[in-house]
This record gives sequence, C-alpha cells and structure tokens, in this order.
Amino acid sequence: MNTKWSKAPFAVLIMLSFVITFATANEGLAQQGDKAAPAAAVAKPKQATKGVMFNRLMKRTKSNLPPDQDGIHDPENEGTYMLQPPKEAFQGMPRAITGNRVDWVKMMTDGLISPRADRLDPNAEQEIFEFDVIREVRGSMPDVMFPHDKHTAWLACENCHDDIFIPQVGANQLSMALILTGQKCGVCHGKVAFPVTECRKCHSVKKDTMTKKGAVNK
Amino acid sequence: MSEKNKASRVGGWLLLLVVMVMTIGVVGTGTARAEYADVVINNYSDEQGMRPVVFPHWFHRLRFRCKVCHADLGFKFQAGGNKIKMSNIIEGEFCGACHNGEVAWSAENCDMCHSGKEGTKTMVHGSTVQGLVSPVGIQKFTKDEKSQYEK
Ligand code: HEC
Ligand code: HEC
Ligand code: HEC
Repeated sequence: MNTKWSKAPFAVLIMLSFVITFATANEGLAQQGDKAAPAAAVAKPKQATKGVMFNRLMKRTKSNLPPDQDGIHDPENEGTYMLQPPKEAFQGMPRAITGNRVDWVKMMTDGLISPRADRLDPNAEQEIFEFDVIREVRGSMPDVMFPHDKHTAWLACENCHDDIFIPQVGANQLSMALILTGQKCGVCHGKVAFPVTECRKCHSVKKDTMTKKGAVNK
Repeated sequence: MSEKNKASRVGGWLLLLVVMVMTIGVVGTGTARAEYADVVINNYSDEQGMRPVVFPHWFHRLRFRCKVCHADLGFKFQAGGNKIKMSNIIEGEFCGACHNGEVAWSAENCDMCHSGKEGTKTMVHGSTVQGLVSPVGIQKFTKDEKSQYEK
C-alpha cells in the first residue's frame, strides 16, 4: 500500500529521540537556552562548549560527590560543610551501578541497615507482605516479577494501593512509556529507587520456565 | 504485506531500538552530579531570600523506612507537592515531626536545610524523567522567572 506514509510516524519518533538525545547530552544547553536574558547579563563566564556527546559506551559520571561539589548545594553556605558526604555513609555497603551506587535491597536483606519503621519507636516491626506477581510481557524480554516483600520492607500498602496500582492481578495497565515518564513503577523507579536501565532486575523470569499465568504465591 | 514492506518495517524498528538505547545510555548515566534522589524544595525560599532547601533521601532512608514519611507523616510523592511552610515545621508537621530537637536537631539550624544554590528549581535530582524532558544539569530560574519574584 502506501509505504511512504506508513513510515512517517517512525521518522518523527526517531527525530524526536535524536532531539532528546542531543538535549540530554549537552549540559551547557540550559544556560545557552536563556535567550530572554538582556544583553547586559551576558557577563557570566561561559563554559567551554563540549559539543554533542554521545554516551554509547554507557560511561558513568562521577557519583556520590560531597555536598559542596554536587552542584546543588551552595559552597558558600556554612551548613553545607556540616552535611555528611554520601561516600562516607556508604563505606562497606554493597555497590550498584545506578542510583546512589549502592544496592539498597541487599543492604536491607543482609541486615546491614535497619531503618526505623516508626518515627519514635526504634523497635517497631515492619509488616512484610510476601506475594510475587508475575506479568507476562509481549516481545522477547523475559517476564516481569514484582516482589511484594522487597517493597513492603520499605513501604506501607497505602503508599501504592489504590492511588498508583489497583490491588488486583492484571487490572493495571503498565508500559515502559508510562514508567519512563514517572508513572506507575516510575513514581519511584528512576527517582528514588533503581532506574529502568537495570532491565534484568524486573525482567527476571525466563519465559520457558513459566508454569502459571498471573499470580504465583510463594 | 509485501516482503519489501516487511523488511523496511523491521529496519524501522531496529533503528528505533538503537536510538532508544542511545537515549537511555545518556539518560541513565546523566551528567548531573547531584546525589541521586536529592530533592530541592523551592516553592517559597528564593522568594523569601532564603537558600532553597535540599532534602537528602539517601541520608534519611538509612535511618527511616519510606513508610514513616510517606505513610505515617503524609509526605506526598511529589517534589514541592507538600507546600511546606516554616510555620508547619515549627508546629511539628513535615520536617518538624523529627527536626524538633528530639528525634533530630531542631529548626534553628537554618543553613543545614536551606543549603541549596540560589535559584535552583524544585525537583528531584538524578531522575530519569529529568534527563528525558529537560537538559540534564542544574536547572536555574531564567531571568524572566526571577524578575517576577523581584517585583
Ligand atoms: C522521620 C524523621 C525525619 C523527617 C520527617 C525529616 N528528617 Fe531530616 N533528619 C532526621 C534525622 C534523624 C537526621 C539526623 C540527625 C542527626 O544526625 O542528629 C536528619 C538529618 C537531616 C539533615 C542533615 C543531613 C546530614 O548530612 O547530616 C538534613 C539536611 C535534613 N535532615 C533535612 C530534612 C528536611 C528538609 C526535611 C523535611 C523536608 C527532613 N529532614 C525531614 C530525621 C528526619
Ligand atoms: C528541617 C529543615 C529546615 C530547617 C532547619 C529550616 N527550614 Fe526553613 N524551610 C524548610 C522547608 C522544607 C521549607 C519549604 C521550602 C520551599 O518550599 O521553598 C522552608 C521554607 C522556609 C521559608 C519560606 C516559607 C515560609 O514559611 O515563609 C523561610 C523564610 C524559611 N524557611 C526560613 C527558615 C529560617 C530562618 C530557618 C532557621 C531558623 C529555617 N527556615 C530552618 C525547611 C527547614
Ligand atoms: C525522612 C522522610 C522521608 C523518607 C524516609 C523517604 N522520603 Fe521520599 N520524600 C520525602 C520528602 C520530604 C520529599 C519531597 C516532598 C516535597 O518536596 O514536598 C520526598 C519525595 C519523594 C518522591 C517524589 C519525587 C518526585 O518529585 O517525583 C518519591 C517518589 C519518594 N519520595 C519516594 C521515597 C521512597 C521510595 C522512599 C524509601 C526508600 C522514601 N521516599 C523515603 C521524605 C522522605
């Protein structure tokens, strides 16, 4: 049929992806985009333009910087130097390649940390709910397993139900697009918990070993 | 569907995949240097001549489960979404539920909370969304936005 036009959406999508890639690759863009600034305000020192950088090798940038070097704390503020540098607190903790660069789940399961479950009572017990939900995914990626226990180790049921997820297997529409834009799993994953670049943490169930559809109770 | 058509479809998907992987490569690593999940809260601070507040998630989650803040104390999952005022804090709400001189040091230590660079926008730092929808790095208010406050 009309092959020319059937490809148009692709072209748009690819162009969009490139635009996003360029925009995210260039740190200096934020300042350069400030067109509304009057001519008198141009005095601020310009960063050397690094050009467009692709990160094809997935090289990591510096992480766990002390507050005065992290770009958001004011180095001229005295209080900044009273804050603990993350590296100091993460000494001896299991490492991870994303997020805070530590494996929070492992820290919890190995008993390396025991954050309070109550503001005041250090002995309050967290209620753990053990129930794994398996979701079949289309395409070639392994299926997704959602472990309630790893989540209820930190959170309460009402943090997710019913605002983010309907508590019924199969009732929730999920997609990578939603997650990437900060909805559903993306409310926390990619902001506070590990991001979607760690595909295999969620896509962990080999398709051919699936025994049951939907929920599998432990 | 003709063979040629099918082939170009597959080609299109492949190209899309490559671009997506490249995008994620950039997004996933990011160039922002702020500690992951640090939240800058600046609904009122700049306007009131205070430095914006930096809330470190990592520091607090070593000590408290998410539930304590996000269920028991009712912090909404949204940077800036809680519209915190100092009067709330002094009355023992939000940060003041702990920063009261009992659970943690009290509200007198202004510059430990108000430690952000002037003009830093309200947002959670290091997030995938931040990388996707805006240039990574430190978002500053534009001159326009700022002059609105100065009026
Ligand atoms: C559930 C209790 C709790 C809540 C709520 C809380 N904090 Fe804290 N915070 C603590 C404790 C405990 C410490 C550690 C105190 C100490 O070391 O003596 C702390 C320390 C801090 C520190 C210093 C970190 C460092 O590097 O030493 C900052 C900054 C901070 N809190 C900001 C905030 C802000 C801003 C809010 C509100 C948005 C807030 N906190 C809400 C318990 C809490
Ligand atoms: C425990 C952390 C914490 C401490 C300590 C703290 N603040 Fe705040 N303060 C906040 C937060 C969070 C906000 C909300 C920030 C925003 O939205 O801009 C805020 C907002 C403000 C605001 C603007 C809103 C309002 O209520 O008028 C002022 C002014 C302010 N603080 C002054 C102070 C002063 C002065 C001190 C020291 C006596 C202080 N703060 C100590 C956390 C803190
Ligand atoms: C000490 C209190 C505290 C603890 C513990 C805590 N948070 Fe938060 N969280 C906050 C505050 C404060 C904000 C910012 C709210 C605001 O700006 O009004 C926030 C914001 C968030 C956001 C919103 C980010 C955005 O803008 O999209 C998410 C998601 C979140 N927290 C998840 C978690 C998770 C998951 C945990 C446990 C691993 C956790 N929090 C532990 C206090 C806490």
